[in-house]
Amino acid sequence: MKVPLFASDNDPGSDFSALLRRVGLDPFQAPAGPAANLAPHATTVLAVRFADGVVMAGDRRATMGNRISNREMEKVVPADRHSGVAISGTAGVAMDMIKLFQLQLEHYEKLDGRPISLEGKANQLSQMVRANLGAAMQGLVVVPIFAGYDSLRSTGRLWDFDITGGRYEEREFVATGSGGGPASTVLKVGYRLGLASDEAIELACRALWEAAEVDSATGGPDALRGIYPVVATITADGWQRITDDVLATVFTAIADGQRARGSAS
Amino acid sequence: MNMPFYVAPEQMMKDRADYARKGIARGRALVAVQYVDGILLVAENTSNTLRKISEIYDRIAFAGVGKYNEFDQLRRFGVRNADVKGYAYSRDDVEARGLANDYAQILGQTFTHEVKPLEVEILVAEVGVAQADDQLFHILYDGTLVDEKGTSVLGGDADAIAGRLTSTWSADDALAAALPKAVAALAGPERTLSADDLEVAVLSRSNGRRCFQRLDHAVVASIVGGTNVPPKSPAD
Repeated sequence: MKVPLFASDNDPGSDFSALLRRVGLDPFQAPAGPAANLAPHATTVLAVRFADGVVMAGDRRATMGNRISNREMEKVVPADRHSGVAISGTAGVAMDMIKLFQLQLEHYEKLDGRPISLEGKANQLSQMVRANLGAAMQGLVVVPIFAGYDSLRSTGRLWDFDITGGRYEEREFVATGSGGGPASTVLKVGYRLGLASDEAIELACRALWEAAEVDSATGGPDALRGIYPVVATITADGWQRITDDVLATVFTAIADGQRARGSAS
Repeated sequence: MNMPFYVAPEQMMKDRADYARKGIARGRALVAVQYVDGILLVAENTSNTLRKISEIYDRIAFAGVGKYNEFDQLRRFGVRNADVKGYAYSRDDVEARGLANDYAQILGQTFTHEVKPLEVEILVAEVGVAQADDQLFHILYDGTLVDEKGTSVLGGDADAIAGRLTSTWSADDALAAALPKAVAALAGPERTLSADDLEVAVLSRSNGRRCFQRLDHAVVASIVGGTNVPPKSPAD
């Protein structure tokens, strides 16, 4: 599938998905029949705004029906230097969407010589979710969260999406996936304007912890194997993943708090 | 009935080559050199937006001289092919050699079959994991593909610049030593070039996945000295 030298009236511009369709690599093809529960599912992811940007977090578990199919999946990844994407839903489709989205941002940046605006990136992701609607109707649902640092406005911003590609900007926090309900509640209770970075990280970890407590498809911190959720901050300095050492300390404190309550629930 | 005049093939090729060479020689030159951490690309270019040097892929850069719209179209072709190949296979499968071959084919085809040859000279540079794996592919207007070692010069006055460059260049130079040498070779004995006249980028082994990085005017000025030295005349 070699790309030809396009004439100027026939040029696909900076759109990588359009280019892929031109060369016969359509990334979004709906399955012929219902395909729910045929592939692993990725679950709880969230994002919270804080004073200097946003925190994104996601657990590491992928499930297939009631089986754990993967313990160390990474559902929260950098989209580029100043934005990240987190995905819940059908893992295979989601991973391909992430890959395509990252490529789209890089492709545009290389062709046009400057990156897409943060809002433009959210819009691009929205179009990809919409393109997946046929597959989503057959059960291969992908619901992302997009967050990043808007250098034009000097603030963190975040968006959630529905399966039709509907794009909703949130001002405070967002959580989605099977454990999204309990995670949202924790975020709602703990959120206040202008959280510091370490407070926002702690809040995100607590939300994942509580989601894992009640939702079997959400994985908690796995101290036995040393697998912790993916937590990252995005600020003016770009994407920074929080190290497992820091997360271990945060989760130990949360576990100690649970123990101090003296309750099993 | 009009009979076309007979033109000997030798004459036709020579005319086309002269035409392309003249177009290229009008533009200002560009040099690429190996340095200790990768490949340094320096172009004489007063525009801050119409680039001669750009990123193709993780380890590959593109540089062109001559007619802007023509080499920019080739640049876009390169980015597209690299990105599609990386998507369909793996990022490791994208390499400069294949792309350089494609460029040579396009330029060669256009030179022999189209009315007008492309008035461009381009360079595809790839930084290797080790210095010995660095590659510089220089492609001429007629599709001639040259695998160059260490240094490459594109554009007008290339022979004189190459002469100055090879007498000072060393692959073991750090960036701070390599850049002034490249700039001096571009400028020649009678001129000095300031940061504002230059477009500088590196493919650096120590730059993470995407090795390509532009050096902005402040960084270039701190190495070669003097931004805005004398007020420049608007023409050239």
